[in-house]
Amino acid sequence: MTDAATLPPGRDVKPRLSRDDVMMRSWMIVIALYLVVTLVFPLYAMLSKSFSTYHFDLGQFEFQVSDDDGVFATDPVLASTLNDQLGVFGEADLRAGSDGRLPATKLFPDFSFRSSKMYRVRGTSDEAVYLVGSTRHSGTAWQELDSNTFRRVQMRPVSGTGFGNFVTYFSTPALSNSIKNSLVISTIATVLTVTLAFGFAYALNRSCLRFKGAFRIIAMAPILVPSLLPGIALVYLFGNQGMLKELLMGQSIYGPIGILIGSVFFTFPHAFLILSTALAISDARLYEAADSLKTSPWKTFWTVTIPGARYGIISATFVVFNLVITDFGLPKVIGGQFNVLAVDIYKQVIGQQNFEMGAVVSVVLLIPAVFAFAIDRIVQRRQVAQLSARSVPYEPKPQKGRDRVAMIYCSVIGVFIIGLLAICQYAALIKFWPYDLSLSLNNYQFDLMDGGGWGSYFNSIKLGLLTAIVGTGVVFFGAYLVEKANGFEMGRGFFQMVAMLPMAVPGMVLGLAYIFFFNNPANPLNAIYGTMAILVVCTVTHFYTVSHLTAVTALKQMDREFESVSASLKQPTMKLFRRVTVPVCLPALLDISIYLFVNAMTTVSAVVFLYSPKTALASIAVLNMDDAGDIAPAAAMGMMIFYTNAAARIIHLLVSRGLLTRTQAWRFR
Amino acid sequence: MNALKSAPVLAHEVPAKDPYLEISDLWKLYGDFVALRDVSLKVEEGEFVCFLGPSGCGKTTLLRAIAGLDLQTRGTVIQNGQDVSNLPPSRRDFGIVFQSYALFPNLTIRKNIAYGLENAGRSKEEITVRVTELLDMVGLSEQGNKYPAQLSGGQQQRIALARAIATSPGLLLLDEPLSALDAKVRVHLRHEIKELQRKLGVTTVMVTHDQEEALSMADRIVVMNHGVIEQVGAPTEVYKNPASLFVAGFIGEMNQLEAQILSENRLRIGKHEFECRDHDFDPGTTVVAAIRPDDVVPHGSDFVPDAGAKNCELVRIGDMEFLGSFWRCHLISDDFHGAELIADFSVNAVRRLSLATRQEIHVELPRENLIAFAPEAQGGDDD
Repeated sequence: MTDAATLPPGRDVKPRLSRDDVMMRSWMIVIALYLVVTLVFPLYAMLSKSFSTYHFDLGQFEFQVSDDDGVFATDPVLASTLNDQLGVFGEADLRAGSDGRLPATKLFPDFSFRSSKMYRVRGTSDEAVYLVGSTRHSGTAWQELDSNTFRRVQMRPVSGTGFGNFVTYFSTPALSNSIKNSLVISTIATVLTVTLAFGFAYALNRSCLRFKGAFRIIAMAPILVPSLLPGIALVYLFGNQGMLKELLMGQSIYGPIGILIGSVFFTFPHAFLILSTALAISDARLYEAADSLKTSPWKTFWTVTIPGARYGIISATFVVFNLVITDFGLPKVIGGQFNVLAVDIYKQVIGQQNFEMGAVVSVVLLIPAVFAFAIDRIVQRRQVAQLSARSVPYEPKPQKGRDRVAMIYCSVIGVFIIGLLAICQYAALIKFWPYDLSLSLNNYQFDLMDGGGWGSYFNSIKLGLLTAIVGTGVVFFGAYLVEKANGFEMGRGFFQMVAMLPMAVPGMVLGLAYIFFFNNPANPLNAIYGTMAILVVCTVTHFYTVSHLTAVTALKQMDREFESVSASLKQPTMKLFRRVTVPVCLPALLDISIYLFVNAMTTVSAVVFLYSPKTALASIAVLNMDDAGDIAPAAAMGMMIFYTNAAARIIHLLVSRGLLTRTQAWRFR
Repeated sequence: MNALKSAPVLAHEVPAKDPYLEISDLWKLYGDFVALRDVSLKVEEGEFVCFLGPSGCGKTTLLRAIAGLDLQTRGTVIQNGQDVSNLPPSRRDFGIVFQSYALFPNLTIRKNIAYGLENAGRSKEEITVRVTELLDMVGLSEQGNKYPAQLSGGQQQRIALARAIATSPGLLLLDEPLSALDAKVRVHLRHEIKELQRKLGVTTVMVTHDQEEALSMADRIVVMNHGVIEQVGAPTEVYKNPASLFVAGFIGEMNQLEAQILSENRLRIGKHEFECRDHDFDPGTTVVAAIRPDDVVPHGSDFVPDAGAKNCELVRIGDMEFLGSFWRCHLISDDFHGAELIADFSVNAVRRLSLATRQEIHVELPRENLIAFAPEAQGGDDD
C-alpha cells in the first residue's frame, strides 16, 4: 500500500513537553552521561593509548665534531646517516616506550669523554627533543658541548599513532602465548564446570534427593568469596608443602591444573543457577508423552531434557567462559609461570610500568569477552520467549537407584566446595604450616602484615555499603526513566545500549582504562583519583548491567498505564515513583543492593589498579599478603570476606521478609 | 466511499452551540502503517460515544490521541474550545479507565481514589468527604481500607472509575473497561456505568469491540475499520441503516448474497428478481444483497403465492438450531446457486406454521429490509 503518500502535506504535530517529560529526559541524560564518563571515555582513552607509539627518529638530530683543537672542520652530519654507516641501532632499538632514551655517544665509536674534541648538537625540526643530563632541550639552535658533557646527551623519542604496539605484542612470543593459554584454559574450565553443574542441577531438579535446600546453599557459597580464595586453598592442599601433594603425582599445582580446579570452584554457582532455571522450566507433558511412547530414559534425556535446556546450556557456557578468561585473582595466586591475559595486563602495568603494552593486552582480552557476551545476550533473548510458554512443571517421583546416585554425586561436589572453604579456615587458624599445627589467632593480626591491615577490611565494608546504596539508586532510577519515559526513542535506545556495555568489559580492562582517563592531570575529574569515590564509581559501573536488567525486569511487571493514570490525575510522575513504583519494586531493589554489596566485597580485578594506601581493600589485601608470602593471613582475610558476605545475605533475607510482611501487605489477600 | 458521505453525521439535530470535543483530519502513522486515516468527529457535551470496531481498527489509537497519550501525526483535537492537539496528558482535562484497571496495588482503595485529589489545594477533610461520596456512588463504601488485590475484578473496575471521576474531569475516557470481566459482571457493570454517566452528565468516550456493549450503552456509535470511520449514528440507526457492508456485517448478523442491479429498486439474486431498498447503483452492477436473519418472513407450507406476490422465494429448510428465544434455520434455495439463507424464526412462528427440517416453504424478503451494498474492497484500492 502506498499509504504514506496520501498523507496531506504539512508538518507533523510536534508534542509540547510536560514538566515531567522535561525532568525525566534531563535525568536520563544525566545518568547516560554518567555512564559515558565512567565507561565510554575511559575505554576510549585506553584504546587510544594502545595505538600510541614512540620511536626514535634519527633524522631529527644533527651533530658536528671538531678536531682535537676544538676547530669544527668537518660538515655537520645527521644521526641517521651515522647510524646507516655504523649500524649501531637496529630496528628494535629504535622502538621505544614513552620515556625511552638513546645515548648519542653510541653513534661515535671512538668517543672518549677525556678527549679534547668539542661536539655540537641540534635538532633539525622543532619537535626534536634531547636531554643534556636531565635538562630538556629542543629546537634547531646549535649547542656546543665538551666531550665530558656530550657523554650525557640522550635523544628522546617522538610519539605517533599506529599498530606498532600490536606488532611488538604479536612478535613477542612471551606475550602472545598468553592468548593461546587463556583460550585453552577457559575452554577446558568451561566444559568441566558446565558438565559438573549440569549434573548437580539435574540431580536437584529431577530426583527426589534429600537436603535439596542445603545442597542449593552449598552450591551458591563460592559466589561469596574472591576468586583467588580457592587458589589459596589449593596451595595448602597441593602446593610445595601441601597435605595431598602426592595425589598430583609429580605435577605442579602452580599452573594450568590449579587454575582449572579453582575456576570450577568459583564459576560453579553461576553455571548452576542458569542451568537450574533452564531445567526448572521444562514441561512435564513432554516426559509423559515420552513415557507413553515407551522411550528409554537415555533417549528421553537426549531428545527431551537436553533440547529443553539448550539455551541454558549455551548461556552457562558463555558466562563461565567469560568469567574464567577475564579472571585475574586466581591465576595470579596459582598460575605460576603459566601466563594468561588478565595477569599479563597486571604485570605490564604494575610490574613493568609499560602502560601502552597493558592497553594492548586489554584490547586483546576485550575481543573474546565481547564475543562471549554478545552470544549470551542473543541466547538469553530467546530463552525469555520459551519461559512465557505455558507448561506444566515436572515433578520427580522417588526412584531408589537414581536418588542414591544423585546423593553420592551431590555429596562429592558439596565436599569439594565446603572442603576448599574449610581448608582456608583451617589454614588461617594454624600457627605455622606445616611445622606448628597448634591453633592461634595470630594470622588475624592483619595490622602486622603487608596489605592494609584491618583498615582494608573496613574499607571493603564501606565500599560495599556505598556501592549498594549509590548503585541501587542510580541503576533503578535510570532503569525507571528508560522504561517509563514518553517518546525520546533515540535517547532511550542509546541508554539501553550503554547500560549493556559494562558486562562486556573485563574488570582488568575497566581498571586500566580508569587509570588512563582519571589519572590524566588535564581531566577535571582527576581529583577523585585515589579516593574511595573512584572505587565506588568503578564498582557501580563494573556491575551495572546485571543490576540494570534486574531493575528492568521488575519494572516491566508494573502496569504500563500507571504513568498514564497519574498524568490524567495531574500528579507529578515523581510522586508516582516514590509512592508506588519504589514500594512495589522493593524486593528487586533489595536484590540489586545485595548483589552490588557482595560483588564489591569480592572484586579484585578493576580496583587493583585504583586503590591507594588509604583505600586498600580486603580483597586486595588477600592478593597482596599472598604475594608477600603471608598465605595464612591471606586465607584468614579471605574467610573474613566470606563470613561478611554470608552475614549480609542473611540480613538481606531477614530484612526482605520483614519488609514484605510490613509494607507489602497488599500482596496477600 | 459514497456510503460514508451519505451517512448522516449526527442522528439527531445539530445544536447551535459548539461541540465539546472536535476532532479534525486526524492521521496517525506507525512507520508505513496508517493507524488513523483522516478521521473527523464531533462529540456533544454530555454525550456517551462508543468507538466500535474489530481489533486493529484504530479505535484505541483514536482514544489515546484524544488523551494525548500517543500523539497523532496530523490533525487537531479541540476540547471545550481549547486546541489541545499537542498538549501532554497532564495538561488536558480527562479521567481515564483502562482494561487492566491500573489501580496502584500498594495503596488502599481510599488512597487510590484520593490520589488525584491531593496537591490541589483541598484540605484533608474535604478529600475524605469526597472519597466517601465516591465510594458510595460506586456502591463500595465498606471496602475503602482494603487493597485492590482483595477485591473482585468488577469491584476493582468500579474503583478505577471512581478514581477517574474524582476530580470531576470534563471528559471521561474508557478503554475497553469491561473486556477483562466475566460475562455476568460485564452486563451488570455496563448498566451501572451508563447510569453513573447519565447522573454526572460527563461527556464520555468508550472504546469497545463488543457490539452489544456499544448498542446498549452509547448515545452514538462510531464504527471504525482500517483506520477510518465507517459510520456514525445512534444504535438503532446503525443497526437498521448500515452505511456499508462492513457495518452491516459487524453489527448484528447479515445474510450476504451476490446480486445484479436491474433498476433503482430492483435486483436479481440467482434466477429471481427482487425489489429492494432504493439505491444509486447503475443497472448491471454486481452488488451484495443483504438482509438480517430476523427480517426473513416465513409462510406456512400451504401458502401459495399469487401472481402479484413479490419478493417470495421457495426454499427447503435445512438444519434448524434451537437458540432459546428463536430458531435459527438454514434455508436452501435451488435458485440461489447454492448460497444458503439464514433466517431466525420466532418460537411462536415455528409452532404456528409447524415448520420442520426438509420442509419446503415460501419465505418473503421484505423490500425495505433488502439492501444493496457495494462488495467489500479487497486491500486498500478503493481508498
